[in-house]
Amino acid sequence: MIRAKLKGNGAWLAVAILVIIPAIVFKEKFFSLTNLLNVLRQSSMIGLISIGMTCVIITAGIDLSVGATVALSAVIAAMLTSRSIVLAIFIPLVIGVTIGLINGVIITKLKVVPFIATLAVQMAVRGIAYIITDLKSVAVAEDALPFIFIGRGYLFGIPVPIIILVIAAVIMIMTCKRTTFGRSLYAIGGNEDAARKMGLRVDRNIILVYILTGLFSALAGIILCSRLGAGQPVSGSGWEMDSISSVAIGGTLLTGGVGSIEKTMAGILITTLIGNIINLQGDINSYVQKIIMGAIVLVVILVQKRTMEKEN
Amino acid sequence: MDQIKKLQAGELFRKYGALIVLIIMLLINAVITPNFVHINTMWNVLIQAFCVLVISMGMTFVIATGGIDISVGSTMAISSIIFAKLLIEMECSFFVSILAALLAACIFGAFNGVLIGVFNFQPIVATLILMISGRGIAQQFNNGAVISFYGNKYSDIGTYRIGGLVPIQVIIVILIIAIALFLAKNTTFGLYVQSIGDNSTASKLVGIRTTAIIVMTYILCAFLAGFAASLETLRICSADPNNIGNNMELDCIAAVAIGGTPMSGGKTIIWGTVVGALVMQLITTMMNMNNIFYAYALVIKSAIIIIALYLQKEKTQ
Amino acid sequence: MDNEYILEMKGITKQFSNVEVLHQVDFKIKKGEVHALMGENGAGKSTLIKILTGVYTKDAGQVFFNGEEIHPSSTLEAQQLGISPIYQEISLIPQLSVAENIFISREIKKKGFIDWKEIYKKAEEILKDLGINIDVRKPLRSYGTAIQQMVAIARSIMINSKMVIMDEATSSLDDDEVQILFNIIRKLKSQGISILFISHRLPEIFEISDSITILKDGSLVGEYPTSSLSRTELVSKMIGRNAEDVVNYKRTNRQIKDEYYLRAKSIKSGVKLRGINLDIRKGEVVGLAGLLGAGRTELARVLFGIDHKDSGSIEINGKEISFKLPREAIKYGIAFCSEDRKVEGIIPNMTVAENLCITNMKKVSYFGVINKRKCSSIAEEFVKKLRIKTPSIAQNIKNLSGGNQQKVILARWLSMEPDFIILDEPTRGIDVGAKKEIEDLIRQMSSQGISILLISSEFEELVRNCDRIVVLRDGMNAGILDGNDISEDKIMNLIANGNMAVGGN
Repeated sequence: MIRAKLKGNGAWLAVAILVIIPAIVFKEKFFSLTNLLNVLRQSSMIGLISIGMTCVIITAGIDLSVGATVALSAVIAAMLTSRSIVLAIFIPLVIGVTIGLINGVIITKLKVVPFIATLAVQMAVRGIAYIITDLKSVAVAEDALPFIFIGRGYLFGIPVPIIILVIAAVIMIMTCKRTTFGRSLYAIGGNEDAARKMGLRVDRNIILVYILTGLFSALAGIILCSRLGAGQPVSGSGWEMDSISSVAIGGTLLTGGVGSIEKTMAGILITTLIGNIINLQGDINSYVQKIIMGAIVLVVILVQKRTMEKEN
Repeated sequence: MDQIKKLQAGELFRKYGALIVLIIMLLINAVITPNFVHINTMWNVLIQAFCVLVISMGMTFVIATGGIDISVGSTMAISSIIFAKLLIEMECSFFVSILAALLAACIFGAFNGVLIGVFNFQPIVATLILMISGRGIAQQFNNGAVISFYGNKYSDIGTYRIGGLVPIQVIIVILIIAIALFLAKNTTFGLYVQSIGDNSTASKLVGIRTTAIIVMTYILCAFLAGFAASLETLRICSADPNNIGNNMELDCIAAVAIGGTPMSGGKTIIWGTVVGALVMQLITTMMNMNNIFYAYALVIKSAIIIIALYLQKEKTQ
Repeated sequence: MDNEYILEMKGITKQFSNVEVLHQVDFKIKKGEVHALMGENGAGKSTLIKILTGVYTKDAGQVFFNGEEIHPSSTLEAQQLGISPIYQEISLIPQLSVAENIFISREIKKKGFIDWKEIYKKAEEILKDLGINIDVRKPLRSYGTAIQQMVAIARSIMINSKMVIMDEATSSLDDDEVQILFNIIRKLKSQGISILFISHRLPEIFEISDSITILKDGSLVGEYPTSSLSRTELVSKMIGRNAEDVVNYKRTNRQIKDEYYLRAKSIKSGVKLRGINLDIRKGEVVGLAGLLGAGRTELARVLFGIDHKDSGSIEINGKEISFKLPREAIKYGIAFCSEDRKVEGIIPNMTVAENLCITNMKKVSYFGVINKRKCSSIAEEFVKKLRIKTPSIAQNIKNLSGGNQQKVILARWLSMEPDFIILDEPTRGIDVGAKKEIEDLIRQMSSQGISILLISSEFEELVRNCDRIVVLRDGMNAGILDGNDISEDKIMNLIANGNMAVGGN
């Protein structure tokens, strides 16, 4: 029974190990509440993006435009803080949805493969972020305290971004498991043609899943802007790859049809915990950190292959 | 009759979409861009497009096998820094330095190829590993420091012009394109690459060494990345492991895609990739020569990619 | 009157780029009957089905379903009307569970959320009704083709269909599985559900169908009660000429020298091969008969080096060998025509010439550089020799018909001048005309001294072409038939009962 439960949850096992070992080595330093919350807060933005990315990857797609969406929504949020906080939150979300819609339409209606479609959209979105800011950082209005709260505030002692992430994750986990839309994502990724013949609304759902990813990316952009107190047109670059590696580390296959948001959350925790351990270690520079990250992707995928071969 | 004409027009776009876009771009530029119709502009476009052109030749083969290589930027970084470190700081001979740089690139390529061909990693995940780690290795190699060598005895090689006229990069790039065309069209390697991308199971059953071909393809791609990086390092007289080759993978993949090589593999359309790379570079050049903020180029490139792919999409049914 | 027919298609016409593929076709199916739609490839069967299921729109004509005129514009719409197609390639999602495959897109919900417990329960019930007891929570891919097909049927029952279309649904099933399927068909029939049945296997048509509609070149030939047609008549009507020679042919006994090409002794591999002996003489056509899973394809894969034997020995020309890879077997002059032409045979987007020469690159290349002229001339030669119908050798192979694709693949192997060819279901999914040509080719090859191992589920095909037939059962030899002993009855008997006296070899 326990074995059956553990099966397919290798990523969570890794999380457990990554908590226990450093807890022993670094003791209080690692286990202090502030450290843990810091670890989680770091994860929250990539985490949000990865929720959408997981869904996209389950449909056998990919979204390279998330990083650019973060940047554009962050700068627009910053620009709007001086006018209205409601708008500063609402408009970036609308923009995220629009970017997702464009991705989805290009993929389903123009039939451009997701990799190239979102690569192109990524360029355009980044270009627009540069153009409207002239490549300068945009400061958040000083009196926009409720806006600042999103990224820096605490509710019941827990950082707000973490609360947002948890809510989003729970909603999306339920969606994936227990709604027709959620299940159809797996069907599309498993066999798109069959999904169509089964009467699933393939095109609509693919568009929806890119819209969701755009929405979550915009949300991440708002949080980033709020945390930094500024919207930077260059922010979020490379986040698509961070997000994709978290999804892969969690165990969602990039070929589509297999995976889950829980797994990705574990993947996020693994990368963050390792980053944190490296930071606590103190004498490892960011270059080595990159090397280690790559090595971890390698090891995790190798282990996955092994367990999958054994299962068959 | 009208229908047939329409069909032919559609077919024309599908086959030569990228070329048509290129010609239109050239015409527009000839009219609106001052000093565009000048031999130096042409050299400049080719020099600027050098890395993308060279590497996307390798990328075309990789994509034709049904794979992808997103680690080429990191491969450039490692080759560039090794080349400069050996040549400038350790004062090795030119030959030894470039050999070491190319060897490092080939090791990267072999690593990718083995993960994909032998261990059956998904190409994007396999090359993601070196995309992350590779740059880290390059940066760690010289602690993130840039090696510059202006005014050095090597600093003129990269800007050498044959007969005082034709830049060395132009000759090299033409040579590499010719070799790639020959490989794709006239060799068993080219045929096998397409066969594997089209149907890997059947390829195995007709006796093709699929694993070896896949590994070779990734080595070829990495080799070209290392080669392009070494020459680029010579031209700009500096090796910056932090920035060289950033986003190179995306530019190359875009060039291949614009050129009409399907991402699902099975075809190597070399001339298409050349056109794709040139289109992308022309947009940038056009913006520069008209003093327009380069961010606009990103937006236009994005539109061109989508349009080119839309025009070329295979008709279903 | 209006209740007798579930489906009436009247005067259906369809053109593709000015070529008429269906001309004024009438097609009717009664309620609760099994109706076979017959015709060679290209006769218009699949176009008619696609119009019925909303994939194509008709240019002219009317479709009445259950008494009402319908205009389905998508498979989904057709399904909602009660028309459910079961395809040749199974259109389900392999990664999802069996239960989910039955219920997806019409899940049972409680408070807006999918009620998994109820779905699992219902799925189990539906399958039990069909006589299948399996774990419905397991992913579909963990089951074989037959079960997957049953799941597809269960799905169509679940969505209350009034008519089920089975398009080559039996092509990947073995005899037992076909019987299970037929039982289900009979059950559906008794519930008043009509079945539109398409199959290349004539015996199945005669076993299960009530009436037959025949199409030829896009036009209706006629509609007949099955009992009024003989097999020969049916084939004659399909191909439009007297078919005696196609159906009733038996290989004449030949004298074959006792010179062995291949001797395989007690080959064991996994659970599928449990000690098989096989001898093939030079120039001999040996048939391999048995049910699916008896070890036919598995044995072929071991001989060709795709899979590996655990024990036993293989001698070729008296020398013991063991191939690790197909390429080693190829070097030895062995060719393998896989049963799955699409996945393991053709390289779809490459030209006929390339597909033909790809095994033979050594011959047409020099230090890795291809001599294209040589490649073309070889291709031209074989296109002519095998009468491959293709506009040119530069045509992509995927655009050819199944029969012609198969011929290209045969040519691929013949061009390397093999000593031994393994043919696994070489005529599956191929129309009658091409089938005959391929069978002629088998005889030709063997008379040139090539040894052939012919694997087929169609006993007639084996009887027509083989010098000797080795019958397998459960991964072991069940018996061998030689010369005048060869007949369908005897193959059947060996498969059913075995015969160790003969099988002892």
